[in-house]
Amino acid sequence: MNDLIFFFNQAVIGGVVLGSIYALGAVGVTLIFGILRFAHFAHGDMMTMGAFITFVLAGVLAAMGIVTPIPTGVLVVPLAMVLAAGLALGIDKGFYAPLRARGAKPVTLLIASIGVTMMIQGLIRLFFGVETRSFFDTEPKQIFRLELPFEGVTRPITFTEPQIWLVASTAIAVIALHYFLTRSRLGKGMRAMADNSDLAKVSGINTKLVVRVTWVIAGALACLAGTMLALDVTLKPDLAFNIVLPIFAAAILGGLGHAYGAIAGGFVLGFAETLAVFNWSVLLRPFRDVLWFDIPNSLTLVQSEYKLTVAFLILVVVLLVRPTGIFKGAST
Amino acid sequence: MSLIDLKDIVAGYGGAPILNGVNMAIDASDIGVIVGPNGAGKSTTLKAIFGLLAVTEGSVTFDGQDVTNFEADRLVPMGLSFVPQEHNVFTSMSVHENFEMGAFVRRDDITESLDMVYEMFPDLKAKRKQPAGELSGGQRQMVAMGRALMSRPKLLMLDEPSAGLSPRYMMEIFEQVVKINAAGVGILMVEQNARQALAFATKGFVLTSGQNRFTGTGQELLDDPDVAKSFLGG
Repeated sequence: MNDLIFFFNQAVIGGVVLGSIYALGAVGVTLIFGILRFAHFAHGDMMTMGAFITFVLAGVLAAMGIVTPIPTGVLVVPLAMVLAAGLALGIDKGFYAPLRARGAKPVTLLIASIGVTMMIQGLIRLFFGVETRSFFDTEPKQIFRLELPFEGVTRPITFTEPQIWLVASTAIAVIALHYFLTRSRLGKGMRAMADNSDLAKVSGINTKLVVRVTWVIAGALACLAGTMLALDVTLKPDLAFNIVLPIFAAAILGGLGHAYGAIAGGFVLGFAETLAVFNWSVLLRPFRDVLWFDIPNSLTLVQSEYKLTVAFLILVVVLLVRPTGIFKGAST
Repeated sequence: MSLIDLKDIVAGYGGAPILNGVNMAIDASDIGVIVGPNGAGKSTTLKAIFGLLAVTEGSVTFDGQDVTNFEADRLVPMGLSFVPQEHNVFTSMSVHENFEMGAFVRRDDITESLDMVYEMFPDLKAKRKQPAGELSGGQRQMVAMGRALMSRPKLLMLDEPSAGLSPRYMMEIFEQVVKINAAGVGILMVEQNARQALAFATKGFVLTSGQNRFTGTGQELLDDPDVAKSFLGG
């Protein structure tokens, strides 16, 4: 039973947490692809940038001596999301919009976004240095332990306060996005433009406005995802490095351009990764008397250092078997 | 003063111009039909009006205003609406949502317009929640026209509305076009089914090689032996 709880803590809670982060990042990527028709490589670094904005704001609050029951990192997130959205608009206006105006091909925009990636990484290292930081230097991270009332159970279900905030804010973001896309005029305009941008123009939809709203949403969600990841683990300048591949894999798995697909894809990837690095021999231990072989010490599908291969593998399989993804998104 | 007036339009996609001095005038009471052989520049004329390609010479005047090279999202609020020949519905969105997108530029209550469109195409009422991509060709064309009507246009432009449709749907579309015109909306239509379209056209334009060849009422063109021989075929 203890082993089952261990499994639950590691794989289930871990899967939900990681899945939420991937889902938020993948939604931004898929929306940008659906509306602007290019792969925004710099999205992982938008997440890093968002996390650093939150860090700075939280630092300002802490310096002012403000203390609240909510961790300061979480408290400043809404403001950080607004700033990140503004920065996303600025990046588009400065780098991508001029290229689009000259009729640049999607590949050109992709390469431009690689340039933006390097620029953001350089700027972050320039201003913040290369060390790892934690949001919880000044205040401790609250950990919740749920004791289960079963006989012989000594291990509690464990999760941290940032993880609760992460799952809650992901749920709110997903629901808000759903209502926006299905009930609001602008949201439907966005779906129309992703469906058929020429017809959207012909119908009189203000395509420039839709593009701006896309960047606002993508930037804000990237900030939320990056902050939550940094709150859960630590804040590093290369936070983005391990993120780009999984969020693209998630977006492609769900069907490029389909926001719900990206969310589903994010969770599939989150669980796939946590289950792949989980030490399954732990679950086999209760049966050691029945099994005819010795249980190895460590039985993982993928070693923890190689966890990126999970996303890579899923990406390759999807592209070979069903390139348009679960929800039949764009394939070019 | 005409509702829309094209004067000596020269336009193309960048290389050699496709239109070489086209003239056309339509009033709100008109049903204008553009016919001619393939490559004559029929669809290009509509696209030139709607700012989908560059007009290098000449002018387009709508409702007294010079709208040459205006972008589509400026033209729709002015009362121009366009139904393209292909990819003319949002396939992933429902029939109802397609209509809502047609009314995107409007900020007032659109219920009356929605009722009118569903009355015009009663078959679509049962299918209002279905994605437009799942409908048959004829029904899709109805959705496309409904979408264009939701912005309450003064002039409705249609690019080969009967293309690929069975004769039954073609007649239904043409009947609707006549009804829409009777309600006060000017029509400018490109058609391959020249005979059937000219039968109810108040103004017919035959284009060849990007220029006007014959102009007259629909009946005049049908009666003209030169026109009948060269362009109307069987």
